[in-house]
Amino acid sequence: MGAIYEFVSGPLALISFAVFFIGCIYKVIWYVKGLDWRLDRVAYSTQRSLGIKGAIRSLYHWLLPLNQTTANHPIFMGATYLFHLCLIVAPIFLVAHVVLIEESWNISWVTIPDPIPDYMAMVVIAAGVFFLLRRLTNPDVKIITDGSDYLVLAIALAPFITGILAYNQIFDNQLMTILHILAGEIMLVAIPFTKLSHFVLFFCSRIQLGMDYGIKRGGVHGRGIAW
Amino acid sequence: MAEEAKTQEKTPQALPPLVSRVPVKTKEMLDLLLADRGVTYYEEMKKFPVDTAAFKKTLAASCKSRIRTWLKICAHCGMCADTCFFYLANDRDPKQVPSYKIQSTLGEIVKRNGDVDTEFMMNCMDTAWGKCTCCNRCGQFCPHGIDMGVMFGYTRGLCFSQGFVPHEMKIGSGMHWLYNAQMDITVDDFTETCAWMAEENEDDWPGLNIPVDKPNADIMYTINAREVKHYPEDIAEAAILFHLTGENWTVPSKGWESTSLAMFAGDWACCKQQVEWVYEAMERLKPNRMVCTECGHMHRATITEGPYWAGLPSGNTPVPSLHYVEWVLEVLENGKLKLDPAKKIKEPVTLQDPCNYVRNAGLSDVTRKIMGYIAEDFREMQPNRELNFCCGGGGGMNGIGRYRKERNIGLKVKRDQILATGAKFVVSACHNCWDAIRDLEEVYKIGIKWSFLKPILIKQAIVPDHLKPKEEGTDE
Ligand code: HEM
Ligand code: SF4
Ligand code: SF4
Repeated sequence: MGAIYEFVSGPLALISFAVFFIGCIYKVIWYVKGLDWRLDRVAYSTQRSLGIKGAIRSLYHWLLPLNQTTANHPIFMGATYLFHLCLIVAPIFLVAHVVLIEESWNISWVTIPDPIPDYMAMVVIAAGVFFLLRRLTNPDVKIITDGSDYLVLAIALAPFITGILAYNQIFDNQLMTILHILAGEIMLVAIPFTKLSHFVLFFCSRIQLGMDYGIKRGGVHGRGIAW
Repeated sequence: MAEEAKTQEKTPQALPPLVSRVPVKTKEMLDLLLADRGVTYYEEMKKFPVDTAAFKKTLAASCKSRIRTWLKICAHCGMCADTCFFYLANDRDPKQVPSYKIQSTLGEIVKRNGDVDTEFMMNCMDTAWGKCTCCNRCGQFCPHGIDMGVMFGYTRGLCFSQGFVPHEMKIGSGMHWLYNAQMDITVDDFTETCAWMAEENEDDWPGLNIPVDKPNADIMYTINAREVKHYPEDIAEAAILFHLTGENWTVPSKGWESTSLAMFAGDWACCKQQVEWVYEAMERLKPNRMVCTECGHMHRATITEGPYWAGLPSGNTPVPSLHYVEWVLEVLENGKLKLDPAKKIKEPVTLQDPCNYVRNAGLSDVTRKIMGYIAEDFREMQPNRELNFCCGGGGGMNGIGRYRKERNIGLKVKRDQILATGAKFVVSACHNCWDAIRDLEEVYKIGIKWSFLKPILIKQAIVPDHLKPKEEGTDE
């Protein structure tokens, strides 16, 4: 078991991080290179300032819950904002993670004191269960749901479920820890290759649509999309 | 399928096939299609094969990261569901969820890299034209910023390139190829109608004139072929208002039509030819600016999208171009057009926000300011401005016989929006919305009237003495 732990927390972790970073960067380059002002019918480069304004508006209104959709569907959108906030903040600022990284690479940053990340993980799981139930019951969501949606949800939730189990010493602790590390690595690797690539492509898509509205669909009249 | 094609070829007097992957570019073909009324056309289409090799090529050349990303990252969250008027009008049918509509059509095409069959393509056609008006409303509500309207526009282009396009749309783009207009109106028909309208109204408006091809005018005015064919009085009204305001204006003989059914059809090559015709008139006559008539998709085609089809890197038309409502507000604000406040519309009145120049061009303030000049009791529809629902007839929907039933169901949303305002009078500065609202009244009989701005403005205008006809002239 000790050797397995060494392996997943050592070389495998490095490989996963490498795949994650290179994959994400590749996705962004692929996206930007695929933009075409004539095909997309957006004058990206000649109308840059209108474009930037539109892009900023687009990100601002959606990274924060300042949009029509949140007003119309507060429960789902509330769940999604909480889910994502906790999903990203908890692992990055967890004491145990920061300590591990400090030991390996000699860098560290602020942490969120335990057991707050534990609660955040529970929020992620609760929101995930809510998404799952919604997929199984809401006819509008059911009709567009496919296997990949369940898969990415499972990939996203697994590190949090195993994390809680490991942190609270439920079941065999070393086994749980190994499973937890593996789950995290699967998530990292899955991000560039599945629809979890929205981790970076969300920003690309929002910026693109913001530029579209900013440059040609109302931006010159100070209107643009009504978030 | 192959056998059918062979037997057709063998029959000596067999007519040329009506369905094809190429646009209509001859009068003979156009006449055949018109005579068919869509009957044989759709029967033929059921047997028309998909050219998968060509499809793959088209996809490789045109389906790039933006669309592939949209299709891939769609979270299947359903937030777009209740934003589509078709979904609402069809009792929240899950098959009308925008994400479903696009994933089951374009999504599959991309996934299978064009390896799809005839039945699939007919379903794509029925979805791209019969379940979506490309109003772009849903895209405003998607957390990822996925614009299904844009994707259905693209899908229409794919369908067109494979020959799966509604009958009237095939004819529409054919008209543009042959006449540079959405109907069979020639340059002579147009200039003669102008002359006739000027003559017809000269008694009431002494000195009324429709200057054709006048170089260096301030305004070059372009219109919709329907006005020549069905509503010539609209041209007269435009002339009267330019006359009243003392504008230095002209209409181009070549380049007078700025609508584009080719855009609704997804015939991109034809879109390019059509806008270039108008832009050439700008280059030739060198006006300070162009003003287009009260039409929404015309603004979209010639002002918003047109520069891209024509390959203008600025994304702007060769001369600054305005929608009619922008010109109206300008002359109301600078006083060239004075309205009699006593003649303001007294009854409650509401306003239709056309998707094409409100959501997709940001002119919502303009029309509201105009309402302030002409109406005493203006009532907003809910929702309104950029969030307004499509009239129900956009994207070519009004003109397609195959989807008449779907169109009429879709109109329910607009009907209920209008009813909720309590107003019985709807101002609509868009040909498409105007038609949809007319048909809405015909189908649902809710007792409303509707109007373009021009007749309202003429009715309320204060006519300076020197422009009045002599008989009525007062103390001259
Ligand atoms: C800053 C980065 C991110 C942003 C801005 C973002 C944004 C979004 C948005 C807009 C949606 C669609 C709305 C929804 O269904 O909730 C979504 C869905 C989702 N995201 Fe993210 N996301 C980010 C990172 C991540 C990461 C890192 C993961 C997990 C590894 C993740 C997992 C998910 C899942 C599983 C869904 C689908 C939820 C459902 O089943 O409805 N996201 N995200
Ligand atoms: S709102 Fe956007 S992400 Fe959600 S299902 Fe609709 S298109 Fe997909
Ligand atoms: S673009 Fe308009 S009609 Fe088409 S799916 Fe979206 S909301 Fe519905």
